[in-house]
Amino acid sequence: MIAVFMETRDGKIKKSSLEALSEAKRRAAELGGQAVAVLVGSGVEGLGSGSFAAGADGVYVLDSPALADYSAQGYALALAEWAAEARPAAVLFAATAMGRDLAPRVAARLGVGLVSDCTGVAVMNGKLEFTRPIYAGKAVLTCSLRSSPQLATLRPNVFPLGEAVPGAGEVVRKDVVVPDGAVKGRVTEVLKEESCEIDVTEAEVIVSGGRGLKGPENFALLRELAALFPRSAVGASRSAVDSGWIGHQHQVGQTGKTVSPSLYFAVGVSGAIQHLAGMSSSKVIVAVNKDPEAPIFKVADYGIVGDLFQVVPLLAQELKKALAE
Amino acid sequence: MNILVFIKRVPDTESKIRIRHETKAIVEEGLNFVISPYDEFAIEEALRLREAHGGVVRVVSAGKDESVAVLRKSLAMGADEAFLIKDAAPETYDGLRTARMIARAVERKFPGTDLLLFGKQSVGADNSQVPAMVAELLGLPQATVVTKLEVAHGAATACREIEGGAEKVALSLPAVVSAQKGLNEPRYETLKGIMAAKKKDIPVVTLEELGFGADDLAPQVEIIGLDVPAARQSGKVLQGDPADTARELVALLRNEAKVV
Repeated sequence: MIAVFMETRDGKIKKSSLEALSEAKRRAAELGGQAVAVLVGSGVEGLGSGSFAAGADGVYVLDSPALADYSAQGYALALAEWAAEARPAAVLFAATAMGRDLAPRVAARLGVGLVSDCTGVAVMNGKLEFTRPIYAGKAVLTCSLRSSPQLATLRPNVFPLGEAVPGAGEVVRKDVVVPDGAVKGRVTEVLKEESCEIDVTEAEVIVSGGRGLKGPENFALLRELAALFPRSAVGASRSAVDSGWIGHQHQVGQTGKTVSPSLYFAVGVSGAIQHLAGMSSSKVIVAVNKDPEAPIFKVADYGIVGDLFQVVPLLAQELKKALAE
Repeated sequence: MNILVFIKRVPDTESKIRIRHETKAIVEEGLNFVISPYDEFAIEEALRLREAHGGVVRVVSAGKDESVAVLRKSLAMGADEAFLIKDAAPETYDGLRTARMIARAVERKFPGTDLLLFGKQSVGADNSQVPAMVAELLGLPQATVVTKLEVAHGAATACREIEGGAEKVALSLPAVVSAQKGLNEPRYETLKGIMAAKKKDIPVVTLEELGFGADDLAPQVEIIGLDVPAARQSGKVLQGDPADTARELVALLRNEAKVV
């Protein structure tokens, strides 16, 4: 049995958790076992049916009023207790802000190893074999875990969603006892960024800008281009972030985020090694730069040598036409 | 306030990584090693908290003897004391192994610590595991990937980055906090700091002192292979009239790449 922690935000299961469940389903089929979804919270049984539709063979809900707000401590307690009893072969998480906060606590509580931010999962000799980028993608590690259950977080946007199935089943509810004083830290407030755009790690299309933009105001050009695509985000190189043109949460590269969108536009980005490390796993890379020698062209599938201030608006216009067809 | 900061020695972000396949490890010769960049935010935050509240900043690194250099740099930035947990093992990519060493060191060597600060991840293993694991092993609350931290009266409020926003976390102290870029602007060492750091003793803590036997820290992660990713091929580069190149590019994205 492979279990997947289903992350919920705003009363909905996150897409990256459904991706992890789809992958669990594929690997469990190879292992001849089941894939189950595990939800944690207070009164979240209603979300269980969504997990069946995504292919779960079973759904568990770990419930306690003390788990209404997310806390790494409380959630780890619930999940570790469940895993000790249910004895899954593996527990997978999406490598999101919550997954990366929670999975290590569950691993430490169970005394088992954890593989972070996997981009590939295979079955080898009855165990899972994980592939993950290290050094922000400059190297790739293939590894397995000696301990059980095998714990891993899976990078969002990498694992394909399975076909929706009209399955349904019984949601198994377990009441969790969270002792008084066991949770010493909790989320008190969630603050949305005003633009409310999605994070670069979750975006399917990223439009990134670098020094070539010359100033913060010109990110507007990139936002217009990004706005043509659903699930898109604006990214930036380190030098643009360090110049104070855009917040660091947009930074792509080794001291920023490592991303794998379907389409990555690098606009006025020269392509420093630490930026390339963070975006080279994008499926299609497009570069716009006035310098034909810029290193970004070495990794780009398509490039335009030209003045971005001329090219980008024209590109937006052409894309708009193409997308409208 | 007693603050512990945990740092790691890593190749700088400009490094080109090469692999030695027979040892399944990276080639260290010729690399420039630095304090992992996120750890610098943790050191800076500790220094600022000491300036505001008083107290002691101690910096700890687990690793080979060479880690003394990054510890010395932290002293030059202004930390009061530095310690090396000596671990001669090559990189295991096993966060729990490191977390167990650190948790044991905190219990045995640094009782009375109010705040444990880390970088959100080491640049290299990119695990993001150790801070939360240490918190769990010590039964402490945590806030990871923090861009803002306020500490007062035995409690802390942290803002942590989440997808498309931030989340405010309330913590009682002692607590574990991991630093994200944006938390602060790390200071440079001063000449005076560098001179003073040279004279400071950096005590070594051995794994035996922490009560670990030879087999106690066997890694749970089994390394099967380590490779460099396949190099991307450079593709079609269009030059000429901007309107023509834009039109041509969109046609390629649609008909060839099939992403539009």
